[in-house]
Amino acid sequence: MTTTTQCASPAQKPIAFARDFCIYAVKGGKVYYSWLLFLSFFVLVGLVTTYIQMTTGLIVTGATDQIIWELFVSNFIHCPSIASAAVLVVTPAYIYKRKDMKQLAVIGEAIAMVFVIIGFNFIFFHMGRPDRFWHTIPGIGIFNFPSSVLTYDIIVLNVYLVLNAVAVFYYLYKHYVDQPLNTKFYTPLIWFAVAWGPFIHIITAFILSSNAQMAVWHSALMPFSFLAMAAAAGPALVIVTLLVIRKFTKLEVADSVIDFFSQVIIWGVGLLILMFAVEFFTELYPATHHAAPLEYAIKGHNGMKPYTPWFWGVMTVFVVQFLLLCNSKIRKSYNFLLPLICISVFLSVLIEKPSVLIFPAFSPTPLGEYAVYHPTLIEICNVLFIWATGFMLLTMILKGVVGVLVGDVRDSDVAVEGGAK
Amino acid sequence: MSEDKRKNDIDEGQDDGTTKESRRDFLKKMGVAAAVTTVAPAATAATTKAASIAEHLQTHFEMMSDSQKEAAIARLEKRYSEQFEKQVTVANTPAPDEVLFGYALNISKCIGCRRCVEACVRENNQSRDPAIQWIRVLQMERGNDTFELENWHKGSPSSSRIGDYGVQSGGHADKAVGISGHTDHYYEPEQVPEENAFYFPVQCQQCEDPACVRACPVQATYRDPNGIVVIDYNWCIGCRMCQLACPYWARRFNWSEPALPNEEMNPKTHYLGNRPRMRGVMEKCTFCLQRVRDGRYPACVEACPVGARKFGNLLDPESEVRKILATKKVFRFKEDFNTEPKFFYYMD
Repeated sequence: MTTTTQCASPAQKPIAFARDFCIYAVKGGKVYYSWLLFLSFFVLVGLVTTYIQMTTGLIVTGATDQIIWELFVSNFIHCPSIASAAVLVVTPAYIYKRKDMKQLAVIGEAIAMVFVIIGFNFIFFHMGRPDRFWHTIPGIGIFNFPSSVLTYDIIVLNVYLVLNAVAVFYYLYKHYVDQPLNTKFYTPLIWFAVAWGPFIHIITAFILSSNAQMAVWHSALMPFSFLAMAAAAGPALVIVTLLVIRKFTKLEVADSVIDFFSQVIIWGVGLLILMFAVEFFTELYPATHHAAPLEYAIKGHNGMKPYTPWFWGVMTVFVVQFLLLCNSKIRKSYNFLLPLICISVFLSVLIEKPSVLIFPAFSPTPLGEYAVYHPTLIEICNVLFIWATGFMLLTMILKGVVGVLVGDVRDSDVAVEGGAK
Repeated sequence: MSEDKRKNDIDEGQDDGTTKESRRDFLKKMGVAAAVTTVAPAATAATTKAASIAEHLQTHFEMMSDSQKEAAIARLEKRYSEQFEKQVTVANTPAPDEVLFGYALNISKCIGCRRCVEACVRENNQSRDPAIQWIRVLQMERGNDTFELENWHKGSPSSSRIGDYGVQSGGHADKAVGISGHTDHYYEPEQVPEENAFYFPVQCQQCEDPACVRACPVQATYRDPNGIVVIDYNWCIGCRMCQLACPYWARRFNWSEPALPNEEMNPKTHYLGNRPRMRGVMEKCTFCLQRVRDGRYPACVEACPVGARKFGNLLDPESEVRKILATKKVFRFKEDFNTEPKFFYYMD
């Protein structure tokens, strides 16, 4: 480290930490840079398409007065699912006191933090007037609490973001300066974050199910299926992340950790299948108007069946994934099959959102129309833009996190002392 | 009254676009513009920019002080007048006391001509491209004419030990009919009314317990003292939660910058009513707030050639609407949503 950091006063340490963290995060090998380069392609294209959308309006997306939610909301709903990762990593580490996961909890929290940010980005693109974002800020704007469900979602997501951001950077900073954690502050903080975690799914599900008019969403099962999807998709990304970290860094990740998460995925996908079955029975047996959107997704309407292949495809993939993961040999295939299935779980839960949950639910419209959603190229580019910036942020933050955990990013005073020992 | 007169003149002018009134307005406007440009062109650009920033920073209309309201309205009038090249007024007529507006529509009289739609679009400055219409007229089949002797044994009955005439699918009566059945709001007949069809116009039902108002995260849409659900177009953030909540498909979103030809623009506007909207905000029927607060009828009521549309004060026992509620067969659309509309349908 440089001489300036060696004589850093205590007040300058957080600044030194931020600088060291950022410098480490942007440095890497060939694979690291090619991954970032790959993502920056989508970012560059996305900058252009974002400009087009922000200056022309949402008409550049496929949304219409018939299907008012575009791919942005569909993707947004996926983000809380992944943000659950924090809960599922912290719980075993701190509540069940698993030693092999104690150090990894911070990775789960970092994933959660980034995915809440990605979620906000999707909402930003969904808004017709992003420039009026400040209208929602209590004090200077009007916050229609407790009437509007959206305000609850703003609260739960922001609180969850702050909790995780504080938890991550407090832990890392203490690690950086090699001081013990103040458990009187840290333990209640992460326990509170764990308790808070489920709210982000429940409230996001309420945004959908609170609309009596949207027949197929108006179901008490919605929050539970969101939780099940969180238990499936969150650990899927955690496994892939941990396997990548294990492969490319010095950080040690025990097999037992991976096994734990693949078990969680089985439960998540299994419960999800059960909930789909229960929901389909309840809707389809009486076959009232309430079931019309679901029937449209399953078999189409008057020969128009745009969502039928998606519906059956997604459902088949869920079942196949469940059956494959039940096999312990596949679960132990850490370098090939398991990451493949995890990516598939992540993508199938993501694709289920627009193609099964969102778009078919808008038909019939309140006046009885059946409609098809046609995503536009600009819209897809913008979705990829948000994912690419999100994964870029995730990659760099996780790089820094691993740097701190393995001791590459360290306060120079501590590093000198450590060297002397 | 003189303002009304002038408005009517312009209305008439809209058909050919070249009446004396509109030309005079144009010349007047040109004079103003010329004067402004000769005085201080740079200053104008600067003030326009400042006005635009001020418009971005203004608060919710109901939270503004009187002077803030005046300033906001002056900004809008200036912007609209420049944009549409004619003198545009933005009123802030207050809601009258002791009035609850209600609407009654006679579905046995409606002939589906959609003059109400046209009057609404003209009066309320809706975007022409993309076309935004607040009233949708549903065309429905009058009755079920599929009961035929030759279908007597057709269909797919579920077979059982006691016979094959249980649950029928695809059988004689398997055809949607009426309000709960097949509807079409894109119909384009040679002439109306069509034989064997009836019509069911739908617009904002001005609910007493509106799902949209509950859903709005910033209270940009709210119920006014007369029971009309209004929108502050400058406060709406475009999240479309209200559109999702509405069971009547009454709300329209400005997916792009609305296109409104200068000569078709109705210059007599109200802040909460028909003033031109901007990209990315919601809009909907306000019972022509700019008219009804002045004691006039909504444009659709005036336009209806068969007198199917009635409007009035629900609190006045002598009003036409109250008399209809007392004497006709009245119902509310989608009553099961419990939003308590003040828009009633009735039959003779």
